[in-house]
Order: sequence, then C-alpha cells, then structure tokens
Amino acid sequence: MTAPFYVSPEQVMKDKADYARKGIARGRSVVVLQWAEGIVFVAENPSKALHKISEIYDRIAFAAVGKYNEFEMLRRAGVRIADQQGYLYDRRDVTGRALANTYAQHLGTIFTEAGKPFEVELVVAEVGDDAGEDQIYRLTFDGSVFEEHAYVAMGGQAETVSAYLKEHYTDGLPLADALKAAVGALSATDGDPRELLAGQLEVAVLDRTRPQRKFRRLLGSALEQALA
Amino acid sequence: MSDVPHGTTIVAVTFTDGVVMAGDRRATMGNVIAQRDIEKVFQADAYSAVGIAGTAGLAVELVRLFQVELEHYEKLEGSTLSLEGKANRLSSLIRGNLGMAMQGLAVVPLFAGYDLNAGEGRIFSYDVTGGKYEEHSFHSVGSGSVFARSALKKTYREDFTAEDAALASISALYDAADDDSATGGPDVTRKIYPVVAVVTADGYERLTDAEVGEHAETVIAQRMTEPGGLHAPIR
Repeated sequence: MTAPFYVSPEQVMKDKADYARKGIARGRSVVVLQWAEGIVFVAENPSKALHKISEIYDRIAFAAVGKYNEFEMLRRAGVRIADQQGYLYDRRDVTGRALANTYAQHLGTIFTEAGKPFEVELVVAEVGDDAGEDQIYRLTFDGSVFEEHAYVAMGGQAETVSAYLKEHYTDGLPLADALKAAVGALSATDGDPRELLAGQLEVAVLDRTRPQRKFRRLLGSALEQALA
Repeated sequence: MSDVPHGTTIVAVTFTDGVVMAGDRRATMGNVIAQRDIEKVFQADAYSAVGIAGTAGLAVELVRLFQVELEHYEKLEGSTLSLEGKANRLSSLIRGNLGMAMQGLAVVPLFAGYDLNAGEGRIFSYDVTGGKYEEHSFHSVGSGSVFARSALKKTYREDFTAEDAALASISALYDAADDDSATGGPDVTRKIYPVVAVVTADGYERLTDAEVGEHAETVIAQRMTEPGGLHAPIR
C-alpha cells in the first residue's frame, strides 16, 4: 500500500482560496452603493432570466458574483430563512446582520470541509430609516464578513471598479447620479472604457421611501430614463 | 363553538376594471360582540385580496401563511403565481384545516383578484373541504351572506365603476347587518366603517377611512327615506 502524499493544511487552504479567487475573477462585476434614499445595485448582466441581484425581505437585498448555481442556492436559502423568521416572529425581526451571519457560517463550513470552495462573493444589504442606518455586508468565499460603507465592488475587475468609485462617489447622491457613478465604474475596465447600455445592465434599488417592501427593480423604459 | 371569536360577512363585486372586496368590522362570540373594529379583508399580494369568515383565530393565521407563501414563491421564482394558482394554493390551505372544521372551527375565505392574463377581476369561493368555485359578478360569504347576496342580486350592474362597486358592497353589508345580528353596520358614532379594497391592473388599494366614510354616509342618507334600500323596478 502506498502512503498518500502529505499536503500541509496551509497549502490546502491556499490552493482552495486561489481556486475560488480565479473563479470569481472570471465573472463580470457588480457594484452596490448608497444613494440619498437607499442602496442601489448595478450588475453587468445581459441575462433577463438569471439574476445577480434579488430581493430577500422587506429591507434586505442580495447581490452576488461568481458561479450562478452556487450563489443561487445561497439566495434561495436566504429567502427561505428570512420568510420563515418573519412568519415565526414578526417582519421586523428579520435582519440583514443575522442573514450575513448565517451566510458566513455556511460559506466558512463549505470552504474548510468541502472538496471545493464556493466560487462566490456576496453582498447582503439592509436599508435603514436614514443613510446612517444602512448596512452593507460583503461576504467572501471563505466565510469572512466585511461591513462596508458607501460603496462595494465585487467580481472580475473589482479593483479597477473600486478605484473609479473612490473618485466619483460622494455621500447623499441622488439616484440618477449614483447610477451614473455605478455604470461609469463598471465601464471603466483596464483597457478602453466601454459603453454599457440599459440592455446589458441589471439594476435594482432598496428605496427607504417605499412602504413595506423596499426592493424595486428598474426595468425597460424606467431604467433607460434613469440612465439618461 | 360560541366561545371563540367568529368573523361574519364579506362581499366581493367585480366591475369593468377589476374587483372590489369589502367586509364588516364585527367579530362575535355567541351573542357577545367580541370586537367591533376587527379587519377581515387582507391584501394577499400585489394583485389579490382575501376576506375571511368563520373562526377568526384560525382564519387570520391561514391568511398570514397564505401571504407568506405567495411572497415566498414570488421571490424564489422571480415571477408571481397566476390568479388560478393562488386560488388553488388557498384551496389546499383550507383543506388542511378540515379536521378542525369537522369539530366546528371552520374557516371559509373569499378570494378575489385581478387576473393579469385575462385582464379582469375574478372571484373564488370555497367550502370547508377546500373545494374551490369560481363566482361571477359578485359573491358573499359569512353569516350575513344570504342577505348581502340578495341585495347585490338587485343592485349589481355589468357596467359598474370602482366607485359603484364600492357603494353596492357597502350597501349590501348594510343589508346584511340589517338582518344578521352577527354582522356590524357602519358605526357612525365611532367612525368605524367597513374595510373596502379595490384590485385593478394597478394593484391592490385599500380605500381610506375618509373615502369609505363618505360612501357609508351616502348609503345611510338613502336608508333614511328608504330603510330597505332603493326600490328595484318590478316592471
């Protein structure tokens, strides 16, 4: 009988992390940023059927990059947990923080125990009564949670996109300006800047002025108008 | 089972652009009025309403579960169920309560909504076994439903506007309250009026207390001269 090769745990973790990072870097980017009345999510996503951004609960939304089947599984689990909690207790008892914690547990366990880590990066965002109460959590493939403020970029060109947002983002932007900054950031690739049209974008907002369910997608002509 | 609160009369009336659902505000425990401002008409989702008659506690819980199920489906699948689909789902929820119903704790909702595919308002009624029946033009459930339905039979017109349908509903509830002790009429001293919901292609909208109050005043003014309601022509 031959003895299996010894591989140090450090090496295993490093290989897994590299593998996940490579997978995530292949996809297109998603940006999440605060605007005056809430949080806006913009993804470069030509598909109308496969969403990268979705509603989780009244004040909570989800955005992801990476492997679709993996983050879709997490999204569905999130919706299920949120709906169960809200039904069991009260709608106000469903929080973004609790959901981010649950995701962190899942991702952490999968990263250490499964043969292959999830190639995903997520944002769980909760809109508050004012900008100071907005919460944006970014979760990475290994289950780390980062609480973000103002803006977040994930996916393929995250660094370039973040650099653009750092220059163009200010607090309290109206929706049109926030969208402009987001689209500008997604267009700013290393090479020539591209022009992104409404048809290539998936856009949604958490709007604190809406009653109860704050999530709203901007579709078709509404999106074109908002981008104009 | 007179020791738990029961909900009483709900009516639904279709009109050219959708459907109106209205419910009185009384809950009874035997001969006692358990609550005079209970709400029995609820928004099920963006395009539908559900009204409840029967054991209030079970009915309210059933509605809560129904609302969560519709929202859950919508979020998971990224699209809303068809109106038929929602009506069928409610059917199985009611069937789940059959055991309790056989022991005297029945829940009988009325479901109405705007069918985005057909472009019209539709009404579904149920029996305690979960049997689903589509109703046309108007329908009513609860202890005062016989009287409300008879009233609507005389007042209903195919070309109703939303306002006509709301007025006819409030008027029918007035007739139900007139003859059924478990149904509450408009309470002008406390300003407690029926809950009236209008569902159209623009979605679910609950009329404000001021709007319903105005309609209720119209009906009451009418009844001052004709206590049984407007005379229908016989020839």
